Amino acid sequence: MATTTTPPARSGGAAPIRKIPRSGPPIVRFYRTAVGKKWVMAVTGLILMSFVLVHLIGNIKLFLSKQEINLYGEALRDMPGHLLPRTWLLWFFRIGLIAAFAFHLHSAYGLTVINRKARPQRYQSKRDYVAADFASRTMRWTGIIVGLFIIFHLMDLTWGNANPDFLRGDPYNNLIYSLQRPVVAVAYSVAMIALGFHLYHGAWSLFQSMGINNPKINRARRVFAIAFAGVIMIGNLMFPIAVQLHLVDLKCPQTQPPTAACPAKS
Amino acid sequence: MPDQQMRITLTAWRQPSPETPGRFETYDVPGVSPDMSFLEMLDTVNERLIHDGREPIAFDHDCREGICGSCGMMINGVPHGPERNTATCQLHMRKFSDGDHITIEPWRAAGFPMIKDLIVDRAAFDLIIESGGYISAPTGGAPDANLIPIPKPVADAAMDAAACIGCGACVAACPNGAAQLFTAAKIQALNLLPQGQAERWDRTINMVETMESYFGSCTNHRECEAACPKSISIDFIALMNKDYAKAQLKQRRLVGQSFP
Amino acid sequence: MPADATADRRLPGQELTMPLDAKLPEGPLAEKWDNHKFDIKLVNPANKRRFDIIVVGTGLAGASAAASLAELGYNVKVVTFHDSPRRAHSIAAQGGINAAKNYKNDGDSIFRLFYDTIKGGDYRSREANVYRLAQVSVDIIDQCVAQGVPFAREYGGLLDNRSFGGAQVSRTFYARGQTGQQLLLGAYQALMRAVHTYGIELYPRTEMLDLVLKDGAAAGIVCRDLNTGEVFSMSGHAVVLATGGYGNAFYLSTNAKNSNVTAAWRAAKKGAYFANPCYTQIHPTCIPASDEFQSKLTLMSESLRNDGRIWVPKQIDDARRADQIPEADRDYYLERRYPAFGNLVPRDVASRASKREVDAGRGVGPMKNGVYLDFSDAIGRLGRPVIEERYGNLFEMYERITGEDPYVVPMRIYPAVHYTMGGLWVDYNLMSNLPGLFVLGEANFSDHGANRLGASALMQGLADGYFVIPYTIGDYLAPLLGQKPVPVDDPVFKDSEKAVDEQVRKLLSINGNKTVDELHRELGKVVWDNCGMARTEQALTKALSEIPAIRDEFWKNVRVLGENETRNQSLEKAGRVADFLEFDELMCLDALHRNESCGGHFREEYQTEDGEALRDDEHFAYVGAWEWKGTGAEPELHNEQLSFEYVHPSTRSYK
Ligand SMILES: Cc1cc2nc3c(=O)[nH]c(=O)nc-3n(C[C@H](O)[C@H](O)[C@H](O)COP(=O)(O)OP(=O)(O)OC[C@H]3O[C@@H](n4cnc5c(N)ncnc54)[C@H](O)[C@@H]3O)c2cc1C
Ligand code: HEM
Ligand code: HEM
Ligand code: SF4
Ligand code: F3S
Ligand code: FES
Repeated sequence: MATTTTPPARSGGAAPIRKIPRSGPPIVRFYRTAVGKKWVMAVTGLILMSFVLVHLIGNIKLFLSKQEINLYGEALRDMPGHLLPRTWLLWFFRIGLIAAFAFHLHSAYGLTVINRKARPQRYQSKRDYVAADFASRTMRWTGIIVGLFIIFHLMDLTWGNANPDFLRGDPYNNLIYSLQRPVVAVAYSVAMIALGFHLYHGAWSLFQSMGINNPKINRARRVFAIAFAGVIMIGNLMFPIAVQLHLVDLKCPQTQPPTAACPAKS
Repeated sequence: MPDQQMRITLTAWRQPSPETPGRFETYDVPGVSPDMSFLEMLDTVNERLIHDGREPIAFDHDCREGICGSCGMMINGVPHGPERNTATCQLHMRKFSDGDHITIEPWRAAGFPMIKDLIVDRAAFDLIIESGGYISAPTGGAPDANLIPIPKPVADAAMDAAACIGCGACVAACPNGAAQLFTAAKIQALNLLPQGQAERWDRTINMVETMESYFGSCTNHRECEAACPKSISIDFIALMNKDYAKAQLKQRRLVGQSFP
Repeated sequence: MPADATADRRLPGQELTMPLDAKLPEGPLAEKWDNHKFDIKLVNPANKRRFDIIVVGTGLAGASAAASLAELGYNVKVVTFHDSPRRAHSIAAQGGINAAKNYKNDGDSIFRLFYDTIKGGDYRSREANVYRLAQVSVDIIDQCVAQGVPFAREYGGLLDNRSFGGAQVSRTFYARGQTGQQLLLGAYQALMRAVHTYGIELYPRTEMLDLVLKDGAAAGIVCRDLNTGEVFSMSGHAVVLATGGYGNAFYLSTNAKNSNVTAAWRAAKKGAYFANPCYTQIHPTCIPASDEFQSKLTLMSESLRNDGRIWVPKQIDDARRADQIPEADRDYYLERRYPAFGNLVPRDVASRASKREVDAGRGVGPMKNGVYLDFSDAIGRLGRPVIEERYGNLFEMYERITGEDPYVVPMRIYPAVHYTMGGLWVDYNLMSNLPGLFVLGEANFSDHGANRLGASALMQGLADGYFVIPYTIGDYLAPLLGQKPVPVDDPVFKDSEKAVDEQVRKLLSINGNKTVDELHRELGKVVWDNCGMARTEQALTKALSEIPAIRDEFWKNVRVLGENETRNQSLEKAGRVADFLEFDELMCLDALHRNESCGGHFREEYQTEDGEALRDDEHFAYVGAWEWKGTGAEPELHNEQLSFEYVHPSTRSYK
């Protein structure tokens, strides 16, 4: 009750969930905050998006011919012509990609930790979401699925340790052997659907994260996200489906010119 | 019209103090008129509880006109209840039907610690403002109000942002417990105006970093916008993100000053 | 039936004693404030930090005062019962704020604003104060714009104005329908900046429950922490009350639910004079109550009267729907009775006219307690988009509350208590009769006389806080240099803490049968019925006998559950209602003593043949300031005579 001193002003109140040191170079300070981490997610997300797009375009050559895709693999390693030693530029891109992937993952982890702390006690009654969609609420899970896929994918097609029929330098062969296994085809498909959802939210969300907001383009952001996610998801799904349906297979690779065993398709 | 009374079942979160664990209690509420506001319905529950010798349900409220931002609770899992752009005090019982079961729960977020029943402490919002949510214009010496014309669209946009009533529904709604909508609205209401330019970058950095000490991060769920009784747009969050990055990139030191 | 004009209309036993000195500065009206600023004592900048000032309330008046005082260098402590300073009731003001900027080139000037305010107040305010108010109104807008208040603008980027509440010039600045909010946010942000930069100590969720005096001067306050129940004291060289109005004396009003008279009343019980409590303003355009559970009334902006037409059916108890009543059966009574001003007559006139219609049985709506405000003509003339643009959000709000669409069905409106012109008596320096106690904003007896003009309360609150108190407080403080504030373990504080604590325990121990709200509602009904829009000697006498009975019942039969140590809203309310139970008696007594009609105070005995208010300047051109003498005891009336040198009292006419 009654005191002989006036108590301090503003007692009580929330305890901070974390300390954000106000020191260090601007870029470090920037990355400490969630807003900064979201920028990093967006930028790395964009890099990853460009990769999957280019990768998809490259993979389309699968439908052209074995030579095409193998030449394509070769051309990648040979970039940019003879200006640089072989595979330098490819490694440059690879390193960029690995870094983007690492930062994307690290900031995703950081944000998740922050968000856990921000609501220590969950709602005790059923929460009814109005605007948040399935895609936005499952970003972490679709992300993890895609992450696991990439590891498997590399083991499968780049390092070969997950692919008993692996032949170095013959991606065409590797891919078709791999996707002929129904389990792998299903796994690929699940991963591509997850990626579709990840991008459906991500390709819209990154504009918000980077402050690209203008009444003139705001509607277009959603259209872009749907289109991008759709192209990537459907485009990539074509491969396991095509292989499973034997539209492309090893027995009759679409080599030119046609042989007796494998006549030209009419 | 006055005779169409409803009977509803109300499940309310009861927690006598921050230290005591809380639980839900369920009450039968007869005689609800569709013209009652949601809070008036709670008033009648409370009157009855007092007559039964039980403590009334504590809930914050004041203006009951949707402007002071005191009221607010989760109503069937939605902040401020089912009607869009409407604070709890402006929600009326005609939005419900006879026999409905309504569950109410306080905002939950680390930045909003529990006080009692449906009341939480939103003082962290004041800390965000304190860290930079103002234009330093000490009393006296202001130039004539019409000295700087402000294009109407800009003034209107600032007004859209300034409409925030500080209720905290955005935090309550956000799956991440983020206060981005509130903070962005407060930052942009000032950053958009010519008067707000001098402190723009410091304000943005300070307010964002204070916000982040208490609240979660935004992953663009858009729940906040849907829950906001003043329909503040998440566009302001984007503008805040832009300003924050710019602020960190800005080299605000003058030419000739050395680095520490 | 004007009473014999020569007879002294005061009640026996209420002779005026002790004339009050407002300490008005010398000189011509236009120079008084400047002269005064030059003449008053100053505190040297380096010495300001040696003074502790307690500001109670963070509405427009309190927040602006606290920020400005802290900027000057004073040590400021701020107390508010709200959880955040930003929630003070000022936030609810919709319409706008006046200022004599003359941006519209329509002939406005400081003198015209001054003149309109004096006339609007029915010649019951101080010329010098009102002139100062008009003078600083101009600076307020500059200040607010500099703080980033997003006032409405025109396409050219300059500030927009509108005309408001019967004014014949456009001098009202506004920010959508949220002027109060935007101004308060400006002041609140300035306050939070001062918390950050100048170390203001902020005590939210803290209710002031007593004023503490030492040797007759304000020495501090006793507070209760609403979350923990802790009672503690705070001491300072001066106490500034900016605690708002007492509209909730009527239970139903447009005020926020927690607005109350406690701070002012407890100061009054310590000897501060309460001036003109009977001057209460009724706002004509509120949404009528829908049932007996109604907890508060909602104001619809007065601007609606610019385009809406007010009418009732000519026939008593007409049961037809509005759209089935033909033109010939409608009575547009304001247009009929006041052809010049029509639907735009001042608030008090419009309110009484509605009451007359409803009392006569021509009320509309399920409870027959409203009149129509019809937009169908305006929609026909201007088109729905124009009306939508002008009033869209108000229409939306109306529909949310009533479930009726005002684009289709006429709105129903009825007057409700809205603002209180009465308050603690203050001199030109805004200091009460108790040295060191300053009162600002709606809490003081104000510059509005017997009736406030629309959009002038915000102006007054900010004028007091930004531009008056920062200067005038120095006059009181300067001679106190070197004195330490009274320590909080001084017996004056301890005694006061004990009394507060005892009241809390008493309230918790009664455990009777009626809830606080039930008793408040009973009280409200008595004062609304007898001391509301129209008052009579008989009704007031009746109220004066009924209020003490409710008060007795309260102290015997109230039920406050729970404990002191955790948040207890019934307990908070009980303390506030206890004060209303005493205060309302004074309000009725003041209304009874003032045997005239002026502004918001309308005594049916004193009206002209056609029902207009009849002032009695000969006997009542004074401020009635009451000194409390104990519960149930007759208070003592002090008076401050008002003299009019620049505006000559005339009968208001809006015909
Ligand atoms: C619905 C409505 C609309 C209005 N519209 C307009 C308009 O358009 N234009 C206009 O000019 N005026 C308008 N007014 C009037 C105007 O809003 C008020 O008169 C004015 O805002 C009062 O400001 P204030 O600072 O004096 O008090 P308030 O804003 O009421 O602030 C009171 C403060 O005191 C604190 N307080 C009170 N008692 C205690 C205590 N015991 N202990 C601690 N703290 C305490 C409160 O917490 C609060 O912070 C309107 C009023 C209403 C009700
Ligand atoms: C290990 C794999 C991955 C994980 C764990 C992961 C996780 C996440 C998380 C948690 C988010 C934040 C969600 C949000 O802000 O809404 C996110 C955003 C995003 N991700 Fe991923 N992701 C992964 C891989 C990918 C890949 C491969 C791509 C691109 C092809 C990608 C593109 C994006 C994009 C564009 C965003 C949106 C960025 C923003 O909103 O600013 N992610 N990711
Ligand atoms: C079903 C769709 C896909 C097919 C058919 C496919 C096919 C291939 C093939 C054939 C290679 C080997 C290229 C080479 O070794 O030269 C490869 C490499 C790779 N793929 Fe895919 N891929 C698919 C989807 C994806 C997706 C969605 C991602 C990422 C999110 C991805 C990431 C990678 C990476 C990182 C490499 C290694 C690149 C390198 O070595 O530089 N792939 N892919
Ligand atoms: S942004 Fe909207 S929801 Fe959030 S505090 Fe402001 S008004 Fe409430
Ligand atoms: S709901 Fe939360 S995630 Fe962002 S858009 Fe709103 S703050
Ligand atoms: S009570 Fe003020 S916003 Fe609801």
